[in-house]
Amino acid sequence: MTFKYQSQAVAMPYFIAAIGLFVAQILFGLIIGLQYVWGDFLFPEIPFNVARMVHTNALIVWLLMGFMGAAYYLVPEESETELHMPWLATLMFWVFLVAAALTVAGYLLVPYATLAEITGNDLLPTMGREFLEQPTITKLGIVVVALAFLFNIGMTILKGRKTVVSLVLLMGLVGLAVFFLFSFFNPTNLVHDKFWWWWTVHLWVEGVWELILGAILAFVLIKVTGVDREIIEKWLYLIIAMTLITGIIGTGHHYYWIGTPEYWQWWGSVFSALEPIPFFMMTVFAFNMVNKRRRNHPNKAATLWALGTAVMAFLGAGVWGFLHTLAPVNYYTHGSQITAAHGHMAFYGAYVMINLAIISYAVPILRGREANSEKAQVVEMWAFWLMTVSIVFITLFLTGAGILQVYLQRFSDNPLSFMVVQDKIELFYWLRFVAGVGFLIGLVVYIWSFFIPGEKTAAEMPAMEAQGSERGAVEAAAG
Amino acid sequence: MAQAFTKEMSRNIFYGGTAFFFLLFLALTFDTHLALPERDNRAALDPATERGQLIAQGKQLWEENDCIGCHTLLGEGAYFAPELGNVYTRYGNSKEAIMGFIKGRPKDGIPGRRSMPQFNLSDEELAAIAEFLQYVSEIDTANWPPNIQG
Ligand code: HEC
Ligand code: HEM
Ligand code: HEM
Ligand SMILES: [Fe+2]
Repeated sequence: MTFKYQSQAVAMPYFIAAIGLFVAQILFGLIIGLQYVWGDFLFPEIPFNVARMVHTNALIVWLLMGFMGAAYYLVPEESETELHMPWLATLMFWVFLVAAALTVAGYLLVPYATLAEITGNDLLPTMGREFLEQPTITKLGIVVVALAFLFNIGMTILKGRKTVVSLVLLMGLVGLAVFFLFSFFNPTNLVHDKFWWWWTVHLWVEGVWELILGAILAFVLIKVTGVDREIIEKWLYLIIAMTLITGIIGTGHHYYWIGTPEYWQWWGSVFSALEPIPFFMMTVFAFNMVNKRRRNHPNKAATLWALGTAVMAFLGAGVWGFLHTLAPVNYYTHGSQITAAHGHMAFYGAYVMINLAIISYAVPILRGREANSEKAQVVEMWAFWLMTVSIVFITLFLTGAGILQVYLQRFSDNPLSFMVVQDKIELFYWLRFVAGVGFLIGLVVYIWSFFIPGEKTAAEMPAMEAQGSERGAVEAAAG
Repeated sequence: MAQAFTKEMSRNIFYGGTAFFFLLFLALTFDTHLALPERDNRAALDPATERGQLIAQGKQLWEENDCIGCHTLLGEGAYFAPELGNVYTRYGNSKEAIMGFIKGRPKDGIPGRRSMPQFNLSDEELAAIAEFLQYVSEIDTANWPPNIQG
């Protein structure tokens, strides 16, 4: 066994379920991608909105599962102690999984209005808002799971070694739970509703989730590069400082056109224009650490995911975010395919990839080996490139669609109606669909990589130790 | 010299910067809420009036049928179907036209065309949704969308 603390093993089911939901997310992504060009595909059995909420909610839930798995793996190791209550983590896994499954079944089996009725949305209406479509009882379930999780993680950190990585992770996770509470606030006044909705959505992805991202990235880099913790922690603090300094008031980039005062066009533009800085720092940081590495960790795939996260997060969030964040630009691009283009690359680059990075690092260890065989790693790296190149193409095609849409519908002298414009840019949606199929192929290859015999062959073993692997050396000394 | 910039300094920037900008954000939030009555068309929402009650019902119907899963409303939502924040003006300030459109959706969709479900709403419910959409169109959105097409 190569992991130090028995209780780290509770992370495994979280990672497996995360990947399962990832598959569901992509399958439904393909369904809505097809409905874009084949309007009545699966209609009326699965209308677009239903498949879309499965796509986005599966995404969010699997990312949360991955974060929890990451925390259960990483915190005992950082704290140098067993998890406070491993059984609670396992129990909460099942609660979370069953709640997610029931919710998706509800989406697919009954009309949404019926789901709202049978889950008592009347008592505390929270449904029917983008990303927050879950029935109120599911939301309450999420709160329960999150509280149990935070208790477990918090107690573990309290009783053990306190590192910057686990502290930053904990702050991110507490923030995640706190800002989720705004999803229960749904006033009739639409401007208030929208204003506070962003406290969940924006302050998640451009605030507290970035703390989680930074902490996990720092952890993986410490492990695979062996660089001095002090240096990595200094970077981590600086990155998350820039994140929150720019990102909190950066929320203003959503307050331009929803009824809020016009001064937000200034506050939002200025601060959100600075939001790419922490992402850029992350890229510099990741490459620096890998260049300064003091060991060659045998898990090349994990290093690739870590570097990929930094680059793609910068491109998707930083570059594609900046593209439409200034108010005079956003006036034309608001709520167009440009938004969708950015949403895809940012979510993939930052949060999908950091999850795949920690999974890539931790799962081989949880399966009793420091790294997978060369062959398994090569297949995993193929999956990396297939998925990453596909998302780049999805983003480029949607950006093309978006530019034409904005021009034809909003900018030209004779603006055309929405549906007419959608017809004219159909080609881009077909191309997006093709790129989506490429993504699915990448995902299949990714899953296949787990089934390739992972043990290092005898021939590979000595080579590994010759590379000066830290753990290899320690084990050799102990033996 | 090597220690010119320490971990403690970056930690302090993090805590200090976060606290400062969060407080500034709270102040802006407070100010926004003072300014909103002039912009958010809240007069229409007065629950003592029939219109206010209708709009509240309309918003709930909007949510419980997940209209946002296909449409944008003031530019937020899904990008599959037309913007509805200004549909009231696009439909010539006619609630009847909006109600007629929603009511007239064929149960099995329109072959080959992006389709909107038939929600089987009562006339009263249709009126509530239309009233809600009129209320939304009267919010001061700093001149967004750029034109009537949304
Ligand atoms: C499954 C996707 C979907 C859902 C859900 C949906 N719509 Fe639509 N809606 C559409 C599509 C597609 C069109 C464009 C239809 C066309 O032009 O043939 C449309 C058009 C409209 C229009 C006319 C817009 C215009 O500019 O011509 C209105 C009004 C409307 N929908 C209201 C609603 C309301 C209210 C709800 C919720 C009760 C709703 N829609 C839910 C897909 C949807
Ligand atoms: C990893 C971080 C990020 C993620 C996951 C992300 C994701 C998203 C998503 C999903 C939306 C669409 C929301 C909706 O449905 O209405 C969105 C909107 C937006 N994002 Fe990001 N984003 C990130 C970072 C950034 C950054 C750093 C910037 C600016 C530099 C930015 C600028 C914007 C803007 C301006 C919008 C509004 C688009 C519109 O008006 O329609 N985002 N983002
Ligand atoms: C890991 C990969 C993916 C991620 C992270 C992702 C993420 C997202 C997000 C965040 C949204 C909401 C966007 C917004 O509101 O702006 C969305 C919507 C959507 N996604 Fe994906 N997605 C992925 C893969 C795919 C694939 C492979 C397809 C299909 C080819 C697809 C098709 C769509 C479509 C059609 C929408 C709806 C856009 C709309 O509102 O009209 N996605 N996705
Ligand atoms: Fe944002």
